Amino acid sequence: MSASMSTSGAVRTPWRPRWLAVVGIGAVVTTALTVWLGLWVTPPDEVQGNLARLLYIHPAVATVALYWAGGVALLGSLLYLWPRTRSFFWDRLAASAVEVGAVFSALTLVTGSLWGRPVWGVWWTWDARLTSTALLLLLELGYLALRRVPADAHIRAKRCAVAAILIAIDVPIVHFSVDWWNTLHQSGTILDPGFNLHVHGSMLWTMLLSFVAFTLIFVWLLAMRYRIEVLQDAVGDQELEVSLSERWNEDAELVGVGGGSGAPGEDDGGGS
Amino acid sequence: MLHDAVLVAGKDLRIEARSRVALWQVVPFAILVLVLLAFAIGPDQASLRHAAPGIFWVALLFSTVLAIQRSVAVESGEGTRDGLRLSGIDPAGIFLGKAAAIGLQLLALQLILWAGVTFLFDVRVHVIWLAVVACLLATVGLACAGVLYGALSAGLRVRDTLLPLLVLPVLAPVLLAGSKVWQAALDNNVSSGTQWLKILIPFAVVYLVVGIVLYGPLQEAA
Repeated sequence: MSASMSTSGAVRTPWRPRWLAVVGIGAVVTTALTVWLGLWVTPPDEVQGNLARLLYIHPAVATVALYWAGGVALLGSLLYLWPRTRSFFWDRLAASAVEVGAVFSALTLVTGSLWGRPVWGVWWTWDARLTSTALLLLLELGYLALRRVPADAHIRAKRCAVAAILIAIDVPIVHFSVDWWNTLHQSGTILDPGFNLHVHGSMLWTMLLSFVAFTLIFVWLLAMRYRIEVLQDAVGDQELEVSLSERWNEDAELVGVGGGSGAPGEDDGGGS
Repeated sequence: MLHDAVLVAGKDLRIEARSRVALWQVVPFAILVLVLLAFAIGPDQASLRHAAPGIFWVALLFSTVLAIQRSVAVESGEGTRDGLRLSGIDPAGIFLGKAAAIGLQLLALQLILWAGVTFLFDVRVHVIWLAVVACLLATVGLACAGVLYGALSAGLRVRDTLLPLLVLPVLAPVLLAGSKVWQAALDNNVSSGTQWLKILIPFAVVYLVVGIVLYGPLQEAA
């Protein structure tokens, strides 16, 4: 699964299975179908009119952000921490899932806000779902900030795995507390996002298709982000090796000019 | 494990007693937050009284971040963490000891903050046991989560900026539940208060258990 370098030092193309192309094509086709069905085939909602068309984006995006990305990040982190399954594959997968999850969390907030403006009259309201999603995004940004701190690969992986598990533990507590915070003192029905529509017919099928489309997009993005992680690590290793070999060559030249025995060059030869 | 915890807590508290950083930096900072938030809300006594529970808990949360940073800084000297690891002390004992040290400092801080909101905002807690239970539960949760995140950021050059970003969203449920219990204690509304304790209890228990389990791997990664 990991990238490797050829003897010439060039990075070989890492892990790019054929199924990824199939997933990519599937994502494009299902997204195009969702757009077509959502904008032209399905009728406007009786109460909310065209606003209900966000139904074909928002729930699917939120599901990917919370369940798919969160699940993969937690699973990857647990499997990395477990000594028998410890592998950088799980670390990279978890990190990729958090990054893609953060994008989907942000999209959830944006699409929710776009819906909220005409319905509630405000871009933002302290609705339980909005607030807990915002906190989830902040937790994910914290993880990504931790991920970007330079450190030894094993140390970084272990640190990030623990951080992801702590976030996963915190998410249900955040969810319940925000839910209570809102519903104990405000009427939940007024501020309910309003997706309790009686979905049926073409609307139901379009909505289900949107779940498939966004899930395929998630899988494709996750795999591509994983691939970038592999490439980044490989490039980092390569840069170090190139720099070291340049430095050793410099030393060898200096020794040669100075008429030395060339012993340092012999010692270093194996590493270049 | 408990013996190790007492040793570590004793060490941290002795360092604090000698350096007096908590007394001369964390306590004034907490009072400063009370005063600044009062400036932001305005001089209206009714508004201040209404906001007092939230102000108390925000001041406590910000001060907790300082206390965690201080707890990490104590171990950031040359080879200090390695020394602690080489001492053979159980990682769970280190976790419990450090959490106990932070917890005791937070309890003292809460007494000062309680006096502060009483004096500055003229609030009177009607159901004292409710407010005390909330403070005790929150202290366990804040200290345990704080030590875990402190260990997560230990040894990083950017830990001072990274730690608040990591820990404050995690502590949001404590802020919510603590404020609500205090509001209930002020309003003499015991049933609402006890309901909010149901958030503080799992938070404290979960972070206590997770800390005992995960502190070992985290210490290896520091």
